[in-house]
Amino acid sequence: MPADFISNLYVFILAGFVGFELIKRVSPLLHTPLMSLTNALDAIVVVAAIIIAGRHETALSTTLGAIAVAASFSNMVGGFFITDRMLRMFKSGKAKKS
Amino acid sequence: MNLVELQQYLDFAFIIAVVLFILAIKWLSSPATARRGVLAGEIAAALAVAATLCNPELVQFKWIIITLIIGAAIGIPLGMVKMTAVPQRTALSHAFGALSAAIIGIAEYYVGVPHVTRFEMGEIGLEVIIGSLTFTGSLIAAGKLQEILPQRPITYRGQNIVSLSVLSAALVLAVILVVNPNQAYLFPAMVIVALFFGILLVTPIGGADMPTVISLLNSYAGFSAALLGFVLNSKVLVVAGALDGSSGFVLSVIMCKAMNRSFANVMFGAFGQVQASSSAVQEDRVVRSATPEEAASILEAASRVVVVPGYGMAVAQAQHKVRELYDTLTKRGVDVRFAIHPVAGRMPGHMNVLLAEADIPYDRLIEMDEINGDFPQTDVALIIGANDVTNPAARTDKGSPIYGMPILDVDKAHTVMVIKRSMNPGFAGIDNPLYYMDQTLMLFGDAKGFVSNIVRELTAAGVHA
Repeated sequence: MPADFISNLYVFILAGFVGFELIKRVSPLLHTPLMSLTNALDAIVVVAAIIIAGRHETALSTTLGAIAVAASFSNMVGGFFITDRMLRMFKSGKAKKS
Repeated sequence: MNLVELQQYLDFAFIIAVVLFILAIKWLSSPATARRGVLAGEIAAALAVAATLCNPELVQFKWIIITLIIGAAIGIPLGMVKMTAVPQRTALSHAFGALSAAIIGIAEYYVGVPHVTRFEMGEIGLEVIIGSLTFTGSLIAAGKLQEILPQRPITYRGQNIVSLSVLSAALVLAVILVVNPNQAYLFPAMVIVALFFGILLVTPIGGADMPTVISLLNSYAGFSAALLGFVLNSKVLVVAGALDGSSGFVLSVIMCKAMNRSFANVMFGAFGQVQASSSAVQEDRVVRSATPEEAASILEAASRVVVVPGYGMAVAQAQHKVRELYDTLTKRGVDVRFAIHPVAGRMPGHMNVLLAEADIPYDRLIEMDEINGDFPQTDVALIIGANDVTNPAARTDKGSPIYGMPILDVDKAHTVMVIKRSMNPGFAGIDNPLYYMDQTLMLFGDAKGFVSNIVRELTAAGVHA
C-alpha cells in the first residue's frame, strides 16, 4: 500500500468528520444553498482537469481533460453565483423594516 | 525561484484554499454570516485555480482557456435559473461534477496504461464507477424534475434483481481489471455498465422521493471527487470531496428520517404505486368546501394563521400570491407563519428558498419540530399544495403506508383549510383523513388562482370597512 494512500486516508477521514459536524449545524432554512455551495466547492476538480488538459500527453487525455474543465468550471461559476443569489433573498423581518 | 520552491508555494495556496472551504461551510450555518461563506468559497476556488495555472507541468494553455470560457458560459445561465427550477439545476450540477470526476479518472487510466499498478487500478475503478453512475443517475433525476421524464416511479417485475446484476457486472469488470490492470479493452465496458446502472438506479424512483435521491447523488458526487483525490494524490480534492460527500450524506439521513424510511427503502422501494389502503371502505364521508369569500372572512377573523406550503405551491407558481396574502393579513394584525416540513418540495430546503424569493422574511419560516407544539393555539392552518406531510394517518393508522412519518400536526388547529385541485389522492396515492374532519374546509381550485381570490376578497372587504 503506497504511503500517499495512508496520508490521503488521514485527510479524508478528518475532513469527513469536520464536514459531518459542520453540516449538522447548518440551519434547515439553508439546506438548498448548502447543497449548491458544497457543489461549487466540489467543482475544485477543475484543478485536476486543468492539469490533465494542459499537460498535453495524448490527444485523448487532452480532450477528456478539456471536457472536464468545462463541466467542472460551469459548476464552480454557476454554483457560487446561484448560492449568493439565494442568500441575498433571505431577509429577516427586522432587517426589512429598517 | 526554482521548481521545488514554486511547488511549495503552490501547495501552500492549496492549504489556504482548504481552510477557506471549511470556513465557508461554517459560515453558511446561519443566514447572518452565510454570504461571507460564499465569499470564502469563491476566494478559495480562485486561489486554487490560479495556483494550478502556475503549475510548471502545464505546456499548453489554448484548450484550458477555451474550456474555461465555455464552462463560464454554461455556468452563468445555470446560476440564473428561477427558484422553482433549482432542484433540476442542482441535479444537473451533480451530473456535471460526477462527469468531470469520472472522465479525469478515465484519462488518468489511459495515460498510465500499460504501467497502471493494481492498487492504482483499484482506486481508479471505484472512482470511475461511482462517478459514471452518479452522472447518468443525476441526469435522470434532472429529467424527472424538469418533467422531461415521467415523475412517477417506473417499475417492472424483477427490477431490483436486474439493477443489482448490472452493478455486480460493473464490479466484476473492475475486479478483473485490478487483477490485470492493463487489459485496456475491458475498461470502456466497465464504464458503460456503470453508466447504465445509474439509469436503472434512479428511473424507478418517484418525484416525492427526490429530496432524498438528490441528497444521495450529492453525496456520491462528493465521494467520487474525494476518490479522484486519492487517484491523483491531491489533498485539496480529498478535502473538498469529503466535505461535499458528508454534506450529501447528512442531508440524505435528515430526509430519510423526515419520511421515516431507510435508504434501502428509498432506493429500492419504489414508493407510491401500491396503494390498496385499509381505509378504502369508508365511502360516504362528508367533505365540506368553502368559497374564497368564506375563506377570506375566516382568515380575517383569525389571530394566528399557519400556512403549510408544499410542492403544489411550487408547481402552481403561487408563492408570490402567497406573499400578497401574507402582507394583507399581517397588515390587519394577523400573525402569519409558515410551517416547513423537511421533505416539502423536491429538494432539501426547497420551500424556504421559494418563500425567501417571494420576499417573506425568513424568521417567519418555522421548522416542523418548532411549530408542531403551536398548532393547538392556531386559529387557521392553511395548506397550499401539501398533502402527505399533513396526513394524520401517519400518527394514528398503523395500516397506512406512511405510518410513523413525522408530520405537521395541522389537524390540531381550530380550522384547517386545504387548497387542492380535486379530491384525487396526492402524489403517493395515500388517502388523507384530514380532508374529512369536522374542522376542515376544502378550497377547490388552482393554488395561485384561489390565493389571489382570497386576497381580492380581503382587500375588497377592507374598502367596505
